[in-house]
Formats: sequence, C-alpha cells, structure tokens
Amino acid sequence: MSGDRVGIIGIGQSEFCSRRDDASYPELVREGVVRAMQDANLDFDAIEAVVYSLSPDAMIGIGNAERLGVDAVGGRNKPFLRINNGGATGISAVAAAYYHVASGMFDVVLTAGADKIGECGDSQTILNKIWDPSYERPLPLGTINMLAMSAVRYMQRYGMTEEDMARVTVKNRRHASLNPKAHLRRIVSIEDVLASRLISWPIKLMDCCPQSSGGAAMVLASEKFIRGNHLDAVWITGVGHSAETYWMGDRMGNNPTAEHADAYALGRSFEKSYRMAGVTDPARQVHVAELYAPFSNTEFHSIDAARLVSRPGESVARLRDGEFDIGGKIPVNPSGGTLCTNAIAVTAMARVAEVALQVWGRAGEHQVEGARLGIASGNGGDHQIFGTMVIEA
Amino acid sequence: MELLERQEVWNITYHHALGETASWFYTRIRDEAAIYGRRCSKTGRVLVPPRSFSDETLLPTTDWVKVGPGGRIEAFTMVYEKFNNLPDPPYAFGYVLLDGADTALGGYFKGIDLTDPQAAAAKLKIGTRVVATFAPERKGEMLDFWFELAAYNCVHEVAEG
Repeated sequence: MSGDRVGIIGIGQSEFCSRRDDASYPELVREGVVRAMQDANLDFDAIEAVVYSLSPDAMIGIGNAERLGVDAVGGRNKPFLRINNGGATGISAVAAAYYHVASGMFDVVLTAGADKIGECGDSQTILNKIWDPSYERPLPLGTINMLAMSAVRYMQRYGMTEEDMARVTVKNRRHASLNPKAHLRRIVSIEDVLASRLISWPIKLMDCCPQSSGGAAMVLASEKFIRGNHLDAVWITGVGHSAETYWMGDRMGNNPTAEHADAYALGRSFEKSYRMAGVTDPARQVHVAELYAPFSNTEFHSIDAARLVSRPGESVARLRDGEFDIGGKIPVNPSGGTLCTNAIAVTAMARVAEVALQVWGRAGEHQVEGARLGIASGNGGDHQIFGTMVIEA
Repeated sequence: MELLERQEVWNITYHHALGETASWFYTRIRDEAAIYGRRCSKTGRVLVPPRSFSDETLLPTTDWVKVGPGGRIEAFTMVYEKFNNLPDPPYAFGYVLLDGADTALGGYFKGIDLTDPQAAAAKLKIGTRVVATFAPERKGEMLDFWFELAAYNCVHEVAEG
C-alpha cells in the first residue's frame, strides 16, 4: 500500500435514545466530539478543519443549526463546512472529510453532528415537504409510504413476504441487544413484528426505525500524520457516491433506468467504491456490512445492491438461512443498524463508525470475528442520493 | 434535577409559482378533465407529470401528449396511521402508468374497501387496470382527480369468484 491513504483515528457515539432532556442540541454534538477526541487522544489544536453533519433543519427545529455547532466542535478560526444529503448526510460528511485529507490540504479533520428527532415527533410532516410543491406535495407522501411502495414492487418481483420483512427486524433487534449504543434493544419475534400496528401496508410499526436522539463524531487523518505520530488507525480504501432521478414515478412504468424495487444508484455507488478499493468479488471479500436500511424491507435491496448475493432478490432466501446474522457468512448490521437507531443527521456516519470499529476489532459484544474488510452505506432524499465506503484494517 | 422544555410551532405560508409547464397541465385538468404529458424529442418518452426537460437526455421536451384516462397500477400502499398535517387514515394511494405515458403519476385510489388490508392489497395489485376519475368541480390541482378500479377488473373478480 502507498503511504497516502486516509485513516480513521477516533470515533465517538452517544448512547442513542428517544429524548435527551439533559442536553441541548450543541451539548449533544459535543458529547460525540469529546468521545472521538479522547479516542484519538488528540487536542483540539490538532484539528485543522471541520465537516459538519446536519440533515434537514426542521428535524431539530433550528434553522441552520450548524451555527450552534461551530462552538461544539471547536470550530473557531477553522475551515467549517456543513453537509446535508438527507439520510446520506453522515456518510457524505465522512466522504467530505476524506476529500479534505486526500487532497493533501489537511492532515487531521473532524466530522461531527447530532440529531434530536425525539423532540420533533412530527418527522413525516417534515419529510412530506421533501416533495416538490408543483406536483407531488398535495399527496400524503412520506418516507414510510414511499418505501412501502418499494416493498410492494420488491414483493412482486422477487417474492418477498411480510414474514421475510419481519425476519430482518428480528435479526437486527437481536444484534442491537448486544450494542449498548443502539436505541431499540429489545429482542422481538416474527409474531411480534407481524402483530405490531399496521402503518403503511406492508410496513408495520416494528418494520420501522425509531426517531432517535444522539451525537456522533469521527477524526480522519493522513497516513503521513498517523505514521509520524505512531497512531493506531483503520483505513478508508473505497469511497463512492451516486444519485438518481427525483421522480419516483420514473422508477416504474416503461423501462425505468432505476427500478423503485431496487436501489439502483446505491449499486452504482458500491461499484465505484469497490473499484477504488480493488474489491472484485464482494460476496467473498466483504466480512461485515453496515447498510443504511430504515425499514426492514429496504435491507434486502441494499444487500442486493452491495452484491453480497449473486442476483437481486436472492438476499431474501439468504437472510432466511441466517447468512447475515452475527456468526453467519457476512453479518449485515451487527450494530442493529438504522432499523434500531435513527438520529438522521449522524445515522449514516454511525454506519461508517460501526464498520470501522468492526475491522479495528473494537466492536465489543457485537464484534464479528476476524472482520478485516467492511462496507458502509447511506441513503438520502427520496431514495435518491447514496454514499458508500470500504473500510479496511 | 428538574429538566424543563419549551414548545415551538413553525407555521409558514408560501406562495409557490408553479411555472409554465405545471400551469398548462393544471389548466387542462381544470378545463378539460384531461391529463397531458410532455414528450422527449430524442427518446419519444412521454413524461407524466409533465416536465420541461428530460432528466435522461437533458434536452427540452417538445410537445404535449394527452394520456389516460385508463392505466395500470405500478405501486400502491394503504395508510392506517394518523400523521400530523396529513389526511385522516385509512387511505390508499400510489402510482399509475396512464395509457400513452412512459412514467407513472401519483394519486389516490378511491372506491376500495380498506377494512381488510390483505383484501385491499389484493385488489390494488400491481398491473391492475384503473381509470382516472375527475371531480365535477375542478380547481386545477392534483386532487381534482383520483383513480378507481376499471370495470374490466370488476368483471374479472366476479369471474374468479
């Protein structure tokens, strides 16, 4: 390996939960930052630039809340850049921090953010506003029913059932029970999921992610800095992003480029990050995956897009066989994933952080034995903007 | 210790200009009870709802094409949960490929009994024929029309018992 890689040297995450009445928004940002700085064993003076991870302002009810974040991240007199890519925000922020270092302009960059969605309690009202005011706003669109429609198409194409969806929740809750940072940690059965309240058919309450509050931060550094200071690190070896059309109705009908059942642009993003990392056969080379899947059904098309299976739809049978459990062939979302914790501004950062901890061998009780190469993803907008990464020990 | 909170409400009024393309589309819905799409000159694809340019070729669309009122269901869901500032449940809505269009248009499905979700899902199956139905009094907006099952499907259901 050449000496110009970008490494992760510090990770901090909150214990996520519905509400944090003990902490204001900037205090919650600071929580993740302090933990990441302690993990990196660095002073704030060492941080040369900050990339701020913040999705739609209305979720926390503070316009341009990055203004409040400047102090929480020690950003005075430093380059400071906010990233907002919807649900992909967190991984896009890590990617932007990566670009800062890879460009050679900076040696040490902090990326951080937080969300307090539990204070909003009205997230579908806000998410309805992501649709255009000309045509689609008068419809009751939201992220749940948008992905319920993806589920309906996935069922038709690949035979996924409501029970298959429930199996994803059962697996991820079992994983989350091992992760003290996860929000929903109670183990549930297939019957529990199927009996939970119907929200937007076929999605039930337990097929949905929670509205979480918490902060996260990561410190990235150049290989030169890491070697020069004898620091421990894991490496970002692949970075990809890919976007797709705004129009959901264009992802169906006659010969769509990006089928709404699948995650087309996510697949393209993974292709880019795999190519960069030299991963040619992900089903054999990937040891662990943290894939952004806020609803149970969406884990299937994410696994398909990451090519952890040989063809779209095969993820359903492989999950049934336990291949994506901790202890299985390629554990997917060993942290419990987005389905168990969703503080939107930092959810996709947590995917990167969790994979980094896995390949570092520091994931604790939800550690995947022998993980050396892992992948992470984030999905933003109306299932429209995707980011992916390959992380290696 | 005692932890306090304070309530905030955002209530903002916007007056969104719809632009030439959407304005033409809505005036036809209002005045003719008809739905139109825009054709891409390069690929011939008819985009509904109409757009002034194609996101695939990045060229301006060139002509208006009348589509529907018949079509087939491409996606659907039935919502049973109440969300603030959204309609009272239950309701069904989704996307329909209108005859003559290449992309699907969103709208409500009406006239379906939503009491039994599984039965309703079977009625709204992807591929089911529907007809765009217009309100007698129209304002020139998306809610001036909705989709109802086509008579053909009803006959088919009876035949299947």
